[in-house]
Amino acid sequence: MRRWQAIFLSILVGAMGAAAQAQQAQQPGSNEILIRNATILTASHGTIENGSILIRNGKIAAVGKDVKASANAKVIDATGMYVTPGFVDSHSHSALDGTNEGSLSVTAMVRMRDVVNNTDINIYRQLAGGMTTIHQLHGSANSIGGQNSIIKLKWGRTVEEMWVADAPRTIKFALGENPKRANFNASQGTPRRFPATRMGVEETIREAFTQGREYSKKWEDYQAAKARGENPLPPRRDLKLEAMADVLKGKIDIHSHCYRADEIVMLMRLCEEFGIKVRTLQHVLEGYKVAPEIAKHGASASILPDWWAYKMEAYDAVPFNAAIMTHRGIVVSIHSDSNEHARRFYQEAGKMMKYGDLTEEQALRLVTLNPAIQMRLDHRIGSIDVGKDADLVLLNGHPFSIYSRPEVTMIEGEIYFDRKEELKRRDLLVKEKKDLIERERRSPQQVQPTQAAPTIIPTIAEDDPDRHP
Amino acid sequence: MNTISLIMRPRRATIFAFCLLPFAFCLLSFAFSPSFGQSRPDQGTYAIRNAKIVTVNGATIERGTVVINDGKIAAIGANVSVPGNAKVIDATGLSVYPGMIDSDTTLGLTEVGQVNATVDTTELGDFKANMKALTAVNPHSELIPVARMNGVTTAITCPRGGLISGQCALINLDGWTPQEMKLMAPAAMQMNYPVLGFGGRRGGGFAQILGQPGEQQRQQRERQLENLRKKLEDAQAYAKAKDAVATDKSIPARSVDLGLEAMIPVIKGEIPVLVDADGEREIRGAIELADRYKLKLIISGGENAPKVAKMLKEKNIPVILSAVLALPGTEDDPYDSAYARAAELHKAGVKFAFSTGTASDVRLLPYHAGTAAAFGLPKDEALKGVTIYPAQIFGVDKLVGSIETGKIANLVVTDGDILEFRTKVKHMFINGHPVDLSNKHTRLNEKFKDRQ
Repeated sequence: MRRWQAIFLSILVGAMGAAAQAQQAQQPGSNEILIRNATILTASHGTIENGSILIRNGKIAAVGKDVKASANAKVIDATGMYVTPGFVDSHSHSALDGTNEGSLSVTAMVRMRDVVNNTDINIYRQLAGGMTTIHQLHGSANSIGGQNSIIKLKWGRTVEEMWVADAPRTIKFALGENPKRANFNASQGTPRRFPATRMGVEETIREAFTQGREYSKKWEDYQAAKARGENPLPPRRDLKLEAMADVLKGKIDIHSHCYRADEIVMLMRLCEEFGIKVRTLQHVLEGYKVAPEIAKHGASASILPDWWAYKMEAYDAVPFNAAIMTHRGIVVSIHSDSNEHARRFYQEAGKMMKYGDLTEEQALRLVTLNPAIQMRLDHRIGSIDVGKDADLVLLNGHPFSIYSRPEVTMIEGEIYFDRKEELKRRDLLVKEKKDLIERERRSPQQVQPTQAAPTIIPTIAEDDPDRHP
Repeated sequence: MNTISLIMRPRRATIFAFCLLPFAFCLLSFAFSPSFGQSRPDQGTYAIRNAKIVTVNGATIERGTVVINDGKIAAIGANVSVPGNAKVIDATGLSVYPGMIDSDTTLGLTEVGQVNATVDTTELGDFKANMKALTAVNPHSELIPVARMNGVTTAITCPRGGLISGQCALINLDGWTPQEMKLMAPAAMQMNYPVLGFGGRRGGGFAQILGQPGEQQRQQRERQLENLRKKLEDAQAYAKAKDAVATDKSIPARSVDLGLEAMIPVIKGEIPVLVDADGEREIRGAIELADRYKLKLIISGGENAPKVAKMLKEKNIPVILSAVLALPGTEDDPYDSAYARAAELHKAGVKFAFSTGTASDVRLLPYHAGTAAAFGLPKDEALKGVTIYPAQIFGVDKLVGSIETGKIANLVVTDGDILEFRTKVKHMFINGHPVDLSNKHTRLNEKFKDRQ
């Protein structure tokens, strides 16, 4: 039902968009929205009490105490409400039709953008929690997984409209228990996949780097020969090595799943050996143990806030991780890795003020500006600043109070979640479902199913690919 | 079955069994009746002064004193005299709360989830009524001090798996031995209502059922249900036979069945059954079972409990809500269905309590309760859901769950609202003892935070 709703909504939004454009031409200012009387947590330059935000053409046009809008601007009175930037998840597996291509230890050719599912209900659920942008990562089953995708949660829109056009290319690496398959039994008759140790993980990555470098060289030689006027045979194109070559040229950012301090240091050294840097260490549960090394290398850290003890390599995880690394000058973000946690980033960030005394703005940045920096999108998202996308969350209380909840979420000035509207729609949806079921019952061609019932997959495995792999 | 045949054909019982009888019964009455923990010898006298006292069961005292003596709360009030021998804590600007209770955990039974050698939650088989969680509680688990971190002092810890998983214990999160930790054991019998396609949420081995045709799944569930009913009938008959033997010396006894023996307090309604049931059909099924076998029922999980609220209210059946911080059960459920569940039950007059259902995430308990308050539950009800309500549900409200004179001194001193994220726990008392608030995480923090 939600899927139909999404499709219907997309048509409606499209029609409204066209109508709005037509109207815009006639009435100056009708492309403006003014949010006023709000407490604004900018994530970049402190808190503005009783402030206003002017949105024009989906961008933030003005922020402050004294903001003027055109007479035709749509006004949202946010008295008593708090506004934050839309939340950004630097590690998500939501809205994807697959997570792991784990049959090989290096699958750099695989692209998550090819399996984006814009009808996944988790998009709407996360919007309802204030999420606006997610980094859709390949899973951690292999040392080098696929290339990732970045989308905005424009529920009801097409996949093409959800993609962030100017997003950088990124790739998933993974270290430790998952790529060495420590907690998984290979199905009977299948040999175990290399690697099975942390030593093997290092060599798997080193080999991929080495092959990528050789592949680059082949193409460079070919280009050079052509430039000399020779007529050389072109090298055979290899999509996996082409991606690896781009990683080595710095055209694809490395986002690596990692847990233990030793493997974190290993990857940074390995990358340095090939003249590149790790963009973001993902999970990085023991990052706090090697914070000076991480800071020196220049990697950022995207963490699970307070998960621990679910597997051996998570036994030394501490909730102080965010604070320790932040105090070392590392750009730290909190990520979800879960359809569930992604719905309440305001809570996840709030907790971090307790463990290690982060300031309010430092805590807010963990789920807004910092993940945007990690994804190289801080020029357009992550804070409430003039010129940035109007991706905003309106909450009925302070975002870090347990008693607060998001009321409105907008992306580029468009409202994609409104709790009041949601509550109004609920009864209609219940009625619609009842009608559909009733119609199905009355249908004369009702056939008894003879095939196997669809496999029931425990949702927990879908929710937390890492925690329950 | 054996029990019934014993009554009908007494002559077949052997003299051998008759001789064993007194020994066996004396042993078993010790093993299975609920009992309460021992108090520790070194309890002193303490006074927490100038604190805001959130008593939960009565009015909040804006500025007052709590006196602790010999493990118990000795006095509370705005004008209470402090005994001369008391160690005094000045709690100006701080608040005192009763210790929070997590109503479903595996605390002490597991250390690292994916390392089997450290996990003692799930015994083999479907019927494991004589398995006692308290036996496997490791008092020195690193998870216990972490669980205390945000103000949880007490927890129900339960075995997992099968149809009858075993006996849950109510433990205080401090003590050198499981017996010192014990507040009451057995506190409940854990059962899992059979579910289509799964053996139950508590790890009933869904893996082998995955991919089976629907009809086979349905048959499997029917078989499990039949086995469960049969086990309850066997337990009834066993209890009846035992009573008969006790009153009529001419009836020879049968040999002891430890599993059925453990079911006697359940069948007699002396300890509740904690039935894991999430679906509407499963909850109704659990109620039917409880009616038929006169069980004292507590629903655990309760995802669809609001749909059965009227019946739950009528029959006075409480619900332990597992994980408020959870996804909606189906695609069509409202996005906030898990957040709003407690408010719906409260509105319908159903007694509820919150749980985390975990071992490593017990410290998140206040956030489960608080989030329910963000979605319609009154704040004071959210607090009751982690204090006095669980105490009432497990029948220990004379001992814990609020700040009242005579109750066990399980107290938490905080610098703010105990359900809020930013609040820090400043002092904790369990059984009247000051508890060390450091843990594995604070130690690692100290060790590495200023590393050069």
